[in-house]
Amino acid sequence: MTGELSGTAALMRLALRRDRLLVPAWIGFFAAMVWFSASATVGLYPTEAVRIEAANTINSTASVVALYGPIYDPTSLGALSMTKMTAVYTALLSILMIMLVVRHTRAEEEAGRLELVGAGVVGRAAPMAAALLVVGGASCVLGLLASAGLLAAGLPVVGSLIFGAGWAATGLCFSAVAAVAAQVTTGGRTANGLGFTVVAAAYAARAIGDLAEQGPGWLSWLSPIGWNQQIRAFAGDRWSVLVLPLAATAMLVPVAFTLRRRRDLGSGLLSDRRGPAAGALGSPLGLAWRLQRPLLLAWTAGSAVLAFMMGSIANNVAGLLDSPAMADMLQRLGGKQGLTDAFLAAVLGLVSTIIAAYGISAVGRLRSEESAGHAEAVLATAAARIGWATSHWLLALAGVAWLMLVAGAATGLGHALAVGDSSQILRITVAALARIPAAWVLVALVVAVWGVWPRATALVWGAYAAFIVVGEFGQLWGVPRWVMDFSPFSHSPLLPGPDAELTGMVWLTIIAGALLAGGSAAFRGRDLAA
Amino acid sequence: MDGASDDPSAVIDVVGLVKSFGRTKVLSELNLRVALGEVHGFLGPNGAGKTTTLRLLLGLLRADSGAMRVLGGDPWLDAVDLHRRLAYVPGDVALWPTLTGGEVIDLLGRLRGGLDPKRRASLIERFELDPTMKGRAYSKGNRQKVALVAALASDVELLLLDEPTSGLDPLMEAQFRDYINEVRGDGRTVLLSSHILGEVEALCDRVSIIRDGAVVESGTMAQLRHLARTTVSAEMASVPEGLADLPGVHDVVVQGQRITASVEAKGMAQLMAALGSGGVTAVTSQPPTLEELFLRHYRKAQP
Repeated sequence: MTGELSGTAALMRLALRRDRLLVPAWIGFFAAMVWFSASATVGLYPTEAVRIEAANTINSTASVVALYGPIYDPTSLGALSMTKMTAVYTALLSILMIMLVVRHTRAEEEAGRLELVGAGVVGRAAPMAAALLVVGGASCVLGLLASAGLLAAGLPVVGSLIFGAGWAATGLCFSAVAAVAAQVTTGGRTANGLGFTVVAAAYAARAIGDLAEQGPGWLSWLSPIGWNQQIRAFAGDRWSVLVLPLAATAMLVPVAFTLRRRRDLGSGLLSDRRGPAAGALGSPLGLAWRLQRPLLLAWTAGSAVLAFMMGSIANNVAGLLDSPAMADMLQRLGGKQGLTDAFLAAVLGLVSTIIAAYGISAVGRLRSEESAGHAEAVLATAAARIGWATSHWLLALAGVAWLMLVAGAATGLGHALAVGDSSQILRITVAALARIPAAWVLVALVVAVWGVWPRATALVWGAYAAFIVVGEFGQLWGVPRWVMDFSPFSHSPLLPGPDAELTGMVWLTIIAGALLAGGSAAFRGRDLAA
Repeated sequence: MDGASDDPSAVIDVVGLVKSFGRTKVLSELNLRVALGEVHGFLGPNGAGKTTTLRLLLGLLRADSGAMRVLGGDPWLDAVDLHRRLAYVPGDVALWPTLTGGEVIDLLGRLRGGLDPKRRASLIERFELDPTMKGRAYSKGNRQKVALVAALASDVELLLLDEPTSGLDPLMEAQFRDYINEVRGDGRTVLLSSHILGEVEALCDRVSIIRDGAVVESGTMAQLRHLARTTVSAEMASVPEGLADLPGVHDVVVQGQRITASVEAKGMAQLMAALGSGGVTAVTSQPPTLEELFLRHYRKAQP
């Protein structure tokens, strides 16, 4: 075994060197979110009575339970303050850990760099061992920092420690999932996709399980994200549940190593099939479509399922409210229909935010095609620069619009089936289409940054994360209005609903157009970057 | 250097080309002229600026200053029109991992304005390429073959080839040479950047040597040889005095009756006369190889 693992320490140093900015930034982001949420909540809910009312409101709102999970102890300040951290942020950190593991294993192998490394005094199992140790270490550091943040905010010691331990264990568990995914597929992108699918399935399983009062509650217990909720930090502190993610890790890691031992460098479990000897591709647009198609198909299926689920529970939102305070709010919002509409508008807002991530990733092809040298091959032919760039961003814009159409129709269908009113499908689909321009602005922002400064293209993800955080927590933290107005998502019309402001849509479209034109013009005038 | 001429027969005419990346100056006042129908070798050590020059000729990079004409057009402004008439094999061939070799060949051919299906089939056969494999499954040599077939299958006037045979086995290299000789027969023009001196010697009509971003030598093989020293060794009846003092004669070594020296072209006549008067019994002379020429220029770069 020593032979298989020799070189692990050197590879760990390599991984730490490559990630010296990325990982600390992300860990810092997650730890800061925990600290902000905890300290903001402490000031917001000073008395137990206020906390109980807030927690009961959350627990009686199906959509919130589906999104964040229930609060297991309504009197607990810690449980209330970690509402968004327990499921949603756990899913996000799981995605991060998967990306990190794949980045150091399959992506390196696909790029051929692992071949260079593997020819040195490096054991066959060393690259994966190094990746798991580095990413596992990152999970543990993150857990410790999260605990420290909670303690700093003044929350109970035991709860703070177990919350951090839960994050660390979940991070370890999904690192192991990624290690297996990296053995199964031959491409880094596909390995990431497989890992994300597991996260999505875990998230969806716990959403269904949490909603079920007498139904399949056991589904939550099949999900690593569900386990993290069942640890019940600040609401029972069940240390024993930590065994589940750790046991899953201990089972998956040997599987990954066994799969690695049984295969050749560069191959997956599924070997490459042969393809056609001649091709029908003949234009930059055809090529861009061919490259973006697999991602779009996966997103189409995912959006449809998610949106349908959200649409079908919308009607329960109003029905589940029985406290006098909520009834009063319900009146002000225009009765039951008003509340349902507000929920549907919130769902569509969330969906448009998620679909914007598809847009950013799809149009990011411009950068990856350029840095991989593929753009050089295409642009050395009679394909014009603008035509090539336009095919990619046009398809990204069209993909976003298509996904919003699918998501709107699926939300509408779910809602229509629940209330028995087929006219809802069209109404909600139209409302979803009104959200397209905001997501387009993000796509256009990628083109603008890439056109001017290609190496900074990935920074748009940072802007995207900032827009989400500001949108979600801005009001809680008292962020000034003008800062929140930077987010394109805050200018989308709140449809369906009576007070929709449509001028925002026009402005968003104009801004997107200007960014696209500027980015394309800058690209036409600059060197092709290697 | 005659790069400044506005000779209409020049397919590539570059004068005073300058290109920097940030603070690094890659090309400084580069001149290059490639005439119609010639196979022009482009030689230089790693990092001398060969690939940057080719990418500038393709309009993939924008020159800081200098004048460039390719097929009579401006490579930056007329990129699309020029690219219909030329084909390019990049030095570092990157294929899309999910597209097959055949699909890439057809895609690049169509993007260039069409390819000749007969020529495509014959090239695939000659280079023994399997066009049904996915991009990520090809070896380096096979990736190179895909790029070569894609470029050579088009009926274009100018071929820009950046180390086109890197990774090819000797058999395939021979196929490539045969093909370039056929291309020359068709009257097409080739700019061939290469490290393989034997290949350049066998194929090229003219050669330009680039070092530190400028062309330091350019001419036909005969002209370049003229610039270098010939190695002469002779068996003598008696060794004459003062051989080392003759103009253009260097590195004289006397071992018994045997003399070796390296001689510039201008000193050859006097050396031969001196050897004759000394009663030469046998003489051999070795013309300079391209390798010696190349190494001489390369070594100059070292302090």
